[in-house]
Amino acid sequence: MTDANETTTLDRLVKRFGPNVIAPALAGIIAIAVSALTLLLGGHNPIRAFEEIAKVLWSADSFVLISNRAAWYYVAGVSVAIGFKMGLFNIGADGQYRLAALFAAYFGAKADLPPILHIPYVILIAVVVGALWASIAGILKVTRGVNEVISTIMLNYIATGLTAWLLGNYFRYKTGTLLSATKSMPVSARLPNLDRIFEAVGITMSDTVALQGFIVIAILVGIGYYILLFRSRFGFDLRATGLNPMAARSSGINPKRMVLITITLSGAVAGLIGMGALLSDPQHFKYSDQFPLSLGFTGLSLALLGRNHPVGIALAGIVWAAIERGTQPLTQKGFPQEIGKIMQGAFLLTAVIVFEVMQRRAAREAVREAAAKASIQLEGAPA
Amino acid sequence: MTETSLAVGVAIELRDIVKRFPGVIANDGVNLTVRTGSIHAIVGENGAGKSTLMKTLYGAHRPDEGTVTVNGVEHEFRSPREAIAAGIGMVFQHFQLADNLTVWENIVLGDEPGSWWALGSRTARAKIRELGKRYGLEINPDSLVGDLGVGQKQRVEILKVLYRGAKIIILDEPTAVLVPQEVDELFNSLAELTAGGATAIFISHKLDEVLEHADAITVIRAGKTVGEIDDPNTVNAHQLSEMMIGSELPSPETRESTVTTDVALEVTGLHISLDGIERLRDVSFKIHRGEVVGIAGVEGNGQAELVQAILGLEHLDAGRVTLFGDDITKASTGARRHAGIGYIPEDRQKDGMILSFSLWENCALGHQWQEPYGDGRWIDKDGALGRTEEIIREFDVRTPGSTVPALTLSGGNQQKLIVGREMTSNPKVLVASHPTRGIDVGAQAAIWEVIRQARRAGLGVLLISADLEELIGLSDTLHVMFDGRINATLNPKEATPALLGTYMTGANGADRD
Repeated sequence: MTDANETTTLDRLVKRFGPNVIAPALAGIIAIAVSALTLLLGGHNPIRAFEEIAKVLWSADSFVLISNRAAWYYVAGVSVAIGFKMGLFNIGADGQYRLAALFAAYFGAKADLPPILHIPYVILIAVVVGALWASIAGILKVTRGVNEVISTIMLNYIATGLTAWLLGNYFRYKTGTLLSATKSMPVSARLPNLDRIFEAVGITMSDTVALQGFIVIAILVGIGYYILLFRSRFGFDLRATGLNPMAARSSGINPKRMVLITITLSGAVAGLIGMGALLSDPQHFKYSDQFPLSLGFTGLSLALLGRNHPVGIALAGIVWAAIERGTQPLTQKGFPQEIGKIMQGAFLLTAVIVFEVMQRRAAREAVREAAAKASIQLEGAPA
Repeated sequence: MTETSLAVGVAIELRDIVKRFPGVIANDGVNLTVRTGSIHAIVGENGAGKSTLMKTLYGAHRPDEGTVTVNGVEHEFRSPREAIAAGIGMVFQHFQLADNLTVWENIVLGDEPGSWWALGSRTARAKIRELGKRYGLEINPDSLVGDLGVGQKQRVEILKVLYRGAKIIILDEPTAVLVPQEVDELFNSLAELTAGGATAIFISHKLDEVLEHADAITVIRAGKTVGEIDDPNTVNAHQLSEMMIGSELPSPETRESTVTTDVALEVTGLHISLDGIERLRDVSFKIHRGEVVGIAGVEGNGQAELVQAILGLEHLDAGRVTLFGDDITKASTGARRHAGIGYIPEDRQKDGMILSFSLWENCALGHQWQEPYGDGRWIDKDGALGRTEEIIREFDVRTPGSTVPALTLSGGNQQKLIVGREMTSNPKVLVASHPTRGIDVGAQAAIWEVIRQARRAGLGVLLISADLEELIGLSDTLHVMFDGRINATLNPKEATPALLGTYMTGANGADRD
């Protein structure tokens, strides 16, 4: 068997660790190089900047803050990935989670329930509102053929206006301050934090940070996503439709039904995104003008970066949060704050490209190997 | 001519051509000598390496070993462009024409006369007329290609290569898409071409037409030249077929009738219009248990729409579909498949499988809601793997395992996997669209046998095929479709390819039921 292709070091590394490890590693190196170059061009010392970043990251507080933020991002990433897996671009996760959080905050704060019911009640409102809002795009697509990218972008704008109007006129809790906000969630609706886990192993956290209970929800979302995707028939149908809609249709999968269910499900998970801030973050515990924005868009990046895989999105979320946390204090040291965004952007772009390249190489390699093995079988068989 | 004397009069000489693909040696020492001004046939069964050889000659890829000599000059073609420059043109089986352009526009496309600001349409038209007159390929240069029939489109393809100055024309299975009458016209044109000094090479596995029209024949089997026949009068079809496959030709014929009186599937008055064109006009027929109903017809005469109507993939303007008496006209595709309609789609890679899915996932596709692939809610991977192993064994799918992606399989093996998955799910009615297209004779015979066995067990089959022998051999009833209608209904025992061809071109047959 002649092998015309010479194997490069990269090929060997890919073979050894698989593209799933090598591609992000390579992307990370490139992203760091790009950021270093940018710093250098701006007249800053990149080595000192990275020292600062490392110093910030290497602390228990950072670990907690990154985990907290990564959990929010993770849920956003999964929400978008559900759509991506079927070739649907739910750009609307952003509007879905904000609207969901507003309704959940308002009705959740009004209710008087024991914690065991109160938390699920608030979450249920968020999930239903997110799902309903997203289903508008689904209904438009299956009945009128409206592209979901367009409709979800427009629904984002509508959601922005709608939340501002509702918050300003109906859901606002009169406090006498200028801040537009709902009433704070009662204690019974707050997720307990996970600091006791640290105490159990003898680590005392500073009072300013706490490991958010929402992390548990994020992990459950991830497990649910995995089971749905790779174990359930619905997930099978979803992946099949995403990869080859024609074959899926011939096999008896109803594409319209799939579109509607998938967008709605994506919206339901999007509804959970805001629960991190609402139920788990002492800085919020309410919906206000300062409620975290753009998490849905971060979710788009992370789904892309994590290849829509439940573990991949988690790693992507952690990296994303770590870059944010690590570059946060750079301004105080005289470095441009934008370096974090640059690093994130470079990381995303290179990871996507490197992945695609490796995927193709791997596919070619698989064809070659399979053909080689099959031809060995052939030798014994009659021609 | 046993020695490699490059005498005058040899247009093409290929010596010891070897071409390897991953895991397959497609050509393993092929020799070919083509006399100038002759019609040369290359015969061999599917997968024998004919197309690979022609691609070598046309510069679509380079051989690993061997020499290509054209008109006494040795060439190493790096691209089709270089082959064209050497006077070699290729007419592909699947036409590469733009329907929305006229004949002359299609012909000059990529090689436009005139200057950068003006297309030399007059020059082009004149040249096309002249070529047409000279070689008996007359056609109106201003007709829209979309309005032309298959035979005329092929003419345009041939004119395209002649326009580029080709003196040696390769035709890849030129008769596969033609009805018998058009076949005769094609060979008349080729005869005129060769009389005018050009050389024609055509690939075929239809022995009758080869014996009738070729001046010389080269037989290829398993990548090797196994016969070079300078005078076709010295061989008969039987000898040729033995050379081709090394043994007797398998026959698709079914012996005893197993047709019952129970109606499995019935369609009544089907109408489908797409883009304002009636694709299916009042189609009605029945398939009984144990019956194979064959549909003959030139592609694009409503067969695809008929399949879609039965599977619920296309909206019906009128008509009714019943399965064992139950009206399924309004049922979804999923419900129909659930009710026991198996489906072997025409285009396996587009409609039949998901290339990046593993084999077991592809086996589950279309049956994912039923045992052993799952229970409707969950996918049972172990069950699916077990069934896949079974399919691989019983249907002789050549693969290193059941977890490799489907894209690693060859086309024939993909088809065997699809047939296997449909048959092992015990369908009550099978809709098989070109089930043996593009696969080797061994697999073809195996698939015929599977269909025969299932028919004996009471399966009703709708068989759509372009292979008339297959249709005549396997069917219990034959319908010919033309222009969206059933044009004739025949008893396969009385049908011949020639008769079918007449109906396929639109001649009206009184229904003899």
